[in-house]
Amino acid sequence: MVRFENVGLRYGLGPEILRDLSFAIPAHSFQFLTGPSGAGKTSLLRLLFLSLRPTRGLVNLFGNDVSLLSKDQVADLRKRIGIVLQDFRLLDHMTTYENVALPFRVMGREESSYRKEVIDLLKWVGLGERMDALPPVLSGGEKQRAAIARAVISRPLLLLADEPTGNVDPTLGRRLLRLFIELNKSGTAVVIATHDMTLMDQYDARRLVLHEGRLHIYE
Amino acid sequence: MTPGGWCCTRDGCTSMSRTDHGPLVDLGRERPQVPARARNMSPIVPRGSIVGSALVAVVAIMTFLASITTGTVLLVSASAAEWQSEVASEITIQVRPTPSRDVDRDATAVAEAVRTQSGILEVRPFSREESAKLLEPWLGSGLSLDDLPVPRVLVARVQPGSTIDLEMLRRRVTQAAPTASVDDHRAWIERMRSMTGATVVAGIGILMLVIVATIISVSFATRGAMAANRPIVEVLHFVGAGDRYIANRFLRHFLRLGLEGGVIGGGIAMLVFGFSESIANWFSGTPVGDQFAALLGTFSLRPSGYLILAVQAVVIAAITAWASRRTLFATLNDIE
Repeated sequence: MVRFENVGLRYGLGPEILRDLSFAIPAHSFQFLTGPSGAGKTSLLRLLFLSLRPTRGLVNLFGNDVSLLSKDQVADLRKRIGIVLQDFRLLDHMTTYENVALPFRVMGREESSYRKEVIDLLKWVGLGERMDALPPVLSGGEKQRAAIARAVISRPLLLLADEPTGNVDPTLGRRLLRLFIELNKSGTAVVIATHDMTLMDQYDARRLVLHEGRLHIYE
Repeated sequence: MTPGGWCCTRDGCTSMSRTDHGPLVDLGRERPQVPARARNMSPIVPRGSIVGSALVAVVAIMTFLASITTGTVLLVSASAAEWQSEVASEITIQVRPTPSRDVDRDATAVAEAVRTQSGILEVRPFSREESAKLLEPWLGSGLSLDDLPVPRVLVARVQPGSTIDLEMLRRRVTQAAPTASVDDHRAWIERMRSMTGATVVAGIGILMLVIVATIISVSFATRGAMAANRPIVEVLHFVGAGDRYIANRFLRHFLRLGLEGGVIGGGIAMLVFGFSESIANWFSGTPVGDQFAALLGTFSLRPSGYLILAVQAVVIAAITAWASRRTLFATLNDIE
């Protein structure tokens, strides 16, 4: 589903942040992406999400060479990818429900076709009573869950999560991990970037370890 | 994902079956009912986040200036065309007095000669008193023309649409009176035409400057709005929205603001022209008022003029939308 071949990335004229990355993310797979702070985890996630282009090497996503994609094609591919960012990126003028329903709205679907689905998911992540709340009044954990719900609502083929349990207590962290595991079981490939060893120890999955710009894979 | 596809047990998520329902995060409360207000009510781009009032004001001012310019050019053109047709419909003949000839007899002979020329409707010789009146502003009243070599003036009205053979007319006139000369006002008309042309060119120049200033102002306002809404654009990109989708969301706002500004600016300009006749009347009798009346006539626009101003307001609104769209796509290219 995702294939990197000798990929390198540098910002401007600076040193290479990522060097000679060659790996694949198969469909239905689950992996943790880890490494020390500043190792390039977020940069690698941005490469996977197509918000960065590699300085060199080949990135193939869903059978497409990303260097040949137009902006419209990139937008189409992103519809198959869900992303959870560290800073949540919820829209403050929209309610929790509207934020989570946003991917369907952008797809142009009728609200009646997805309303129940969104409400069910919000209840499932414990935000059933916060559907009409605006993000500024949500707690960090609630924002985190809303961001995750938005990323998974359209059941993407690939889910990328950057420190998804960074703002929640261990119990909730475990539950969110279970959400990702269940999503994976239903067919979504999952990449969770984290340096939380406790979280990784809870689930036996492939580990992609970034160190000094290079990637080491532990199956 | 199908409706109802999200399900877990109270102890956590154990399966993704499509039939079991339960919260992933059990908050220890009764399962909430579906809230009535959980609907898409908010616009994707919040209206308040667009720097609306400033843009409306800019477009309104620009439309007003453009409308005033266009209206003035239309007034001057209409007045000039009126003058030209009036002047072109007359021919002036001067019979200069000489000691050896009787100027009154010459004037009568010239009048007869001109009357027989085809295309001439009427010939009116100015009497001595009328000639004295014409010279009054320069020479004062109580003038005795007997003491001065003042030419006699005859005015011939030309049939509208007919072409006068000026050479033949000149020959006839000089046969009747060798000291007579014919003036068809061509030089004056040419000068009028040049002046009107210059006014129109200046008006178009000002109009172009106003339109360029509008495009620049709108582009800056659009960039400002996009910068303020950058987080929204980024999130829309995250959820797979293409540039066209995002641009359309913003474009609606800018088109509405452009139309609002165009209607306000164009409307005020139309009101100004509508009341201009009354305003001109306040100044009638004053030297300035009389000069303006001489230059611009009644100061009132024809219905076609108002139509042009309305079309212009719509064009400026369209230019606003076009400039916004262009800037939007340029800005979206910079936002990943």
